[in-house]
Amino acid sequence: MVEDKTFRSRLFHIVNVTVLGLIALVTVLPFLHVIAASFTTSAELASKRFVLFPTVWSLDAYRYIFSTDTIMKAMMISVLVTVGGTLWSMLMSTLTGYGLSRKDLVGRRYIMFFIIFTMLFNGGMIPTFIVVQQTGLMNSLLALIIPVSINAFNMIILKSFFQNLPAGLEESAKIDGAGDFAILFRIVIPCSLPAIATISLFYAVTYWNTYMHAILYLSDSSKWPIQVLLRQIVVLATGLNYDGAEYTDVPPPEITVKMATIVVATLPVLAVYPFLQKYFAKGALLGSVKG
Amino acid sequence: MEPKLAVEEAPLTKQQRRNELWRAVKKNKWIYFMILPGIIYFIIYKYVPMYGLIIAFKDYKPYMGISGSEWVGLAHFQRLFTSSEFWMILKNTLWLFGLQLLIFFPIPIILSLMLNELRSQFYKRSVQTLIYIPHFMSWVVIVSISFVMLTMDGGIINGMLEALGFEKINFLMNESTFRPMYILQVIWREAGWGTIIYLAAIAAVDPSLYEAARMDGASRFRQMWHITLPSIRSVIIVLLILKIGDVLELGFEHVYLLLNASNRHVGEIFDTYVYTAGLRQGQFSYSTAIGFFKGAVGLVLVIFANWLAKKAGEEGVY
Repeated sequence: MVEDKTFRSRLFHIVNVTVLGLIALVTVLPFLHVIAASFTTSAELASKRFVLFPTVWSLDAYRYIFSTDTIMKAMMISVLVTVGGTLWSMLMSTLTGYGLSRKDLVGRRYIMFFIIFTMLFNGGMIPTFIVVQQTGLMNSLLALIIPVSINAFNMIILKSFFQNLPAGLEESAKIDGAGDFAILFRIVIPCSLPAIATISLFYAVTYWNTYMHAILYLSDSSKWPIQVLLRQIVVLATGLNYDGAEYTDVPPPEITVKMATIVVATLPVLAVYPFLQKYFAKGALLGSVKG
Repeated sequence: MEPKLAVEEAPLTKQQRRNELWRAVKKNKWIYFMILPGIIYFIIYKYVPMYGLIIAFKDYKPYMGISGSEWVGLAHFQRLFTSSEFWMILKNTLWLFGLQLLIFFPIPIILSLMLNELRSQFYKRSVQTLIYIPHFMSWVVIVSISFVMLTMDGGIINGMLEALGFEKINFLMNESTFRPMYILQVIWREAGWGTIIYLAAIAAVDPSLYEAARMDGASRFRQMWHITLPSIRSVIIVLLILKIGDVLELGFEHVYLLLNASNRHVGEIFDTYVYTAGLRQGQFSYSTAIGFFKGAVGLVLVIFANWLAKKAGEEGVY
């Protein structure tokens, strides 16, 4: 490859590298600031106005939030919803996605249209709310899972992946007399682990981040997942509460406590990010393959 | 999938075809069994709510149920279109949509063109890894981080403003800062992630095109303009169509989390209004009418945008 070495192109390259570096820095700076700020005292935060490196280190904020079990409980609920929801959604999506990947399935095109149409149009918040109510899920953690069992987009990614597996795999198993379920669980799934991992992680992140369904369907504050609690702690007693939810009459938490709560709520996602990152780019692209 | 066996009177060819069909269905009976739970899910939680949209034309009373409630025709729509709130919400929605389209939409394209020019693969991957992170954070986390940085008491941004001799700004409860804050958060969360699809399209461009261009002495800028951009044109158009279809999907969570009494006048959009009017104030039918209007407009727009793209010789989405 011949590189052009004119002054202009070199200048462009330097500017490009610098600007992209700055963009990457600005993107993560708020996270780093919040993490650093959660490990100091409010006084330090108020006086020095540091960005990344506090001079006084302190675990007070973490001591405060772990002095009650409120946050731990909300974290446990989020973990429960994330693990349970991911398993359930993967089961549903894999079964449906595999079924629809079979080209000899009569009516396959109609069923696909039936599913894709829900991506274009839906009943909206209130009718869905009524259905959730009627199916007896109100104020149950299942309300965060069952009404979103299958994400059509994720299911279609799985389906395209299954469809692109070599046909010979299934053929030979069929000749050996294996049934459809045996083929799915013993051959198709073991051969699709990258796709299964990607979609599981997509579901897990969605469940961990769930907020809207929690405020819609859970009225009992002891069932709140961490996202709802985080929201309450950050805006607590600031007069910014728009939703009119009930607040306990404790004094507003210090800003470092808010920072620490953000860190705790974010930590699980940051912890899986390296694993996530290995797969997601590929997964996101699989989605662009037309169903 | 009911068996259709009682077709003796039908002409033979037709019956044969039915038998054939039935055999094909029967052969895959376990496959139908597999997709059954999925189908039931879509019926109950996607199609029944669509049926539930009829309460937009009724006076829904929870104890009467969806079908038992009384019809009121277009009364709710009439109320919606004549209320002053409607125009405020429409204006706010269009504002945020305009910002998404004009400011946010081009950013991932520019970013991916810039990333593509990087020569060091390690540097490129590192930048990508960092700019994808916010996409995986919930809106609660994004808004919370903005909150603790922008707040008047102890936030770093106001601290800096003060140190530089400026007045503190109440970013969080201010009409004029709402829209910039909204779009900056969208950019922060989604711009990096948005590059994935463009980078893949760029990677698929035939390298011999660049070689030929270089032979002709084309600079990197010219190559970008005459080769890379035209090559990813159809991807850009597809994403533009999808974006237009999302005109009214501006993110309930995001906007709801930003809203408060002081910025409501510029911040209230259809989704948040449906929530407040419907679930907080219990006007189920009225807010369903609002949601219905929103969904229908979205559907029409995406079909229109798709038609337009096809007319312009592009592939379109459907």
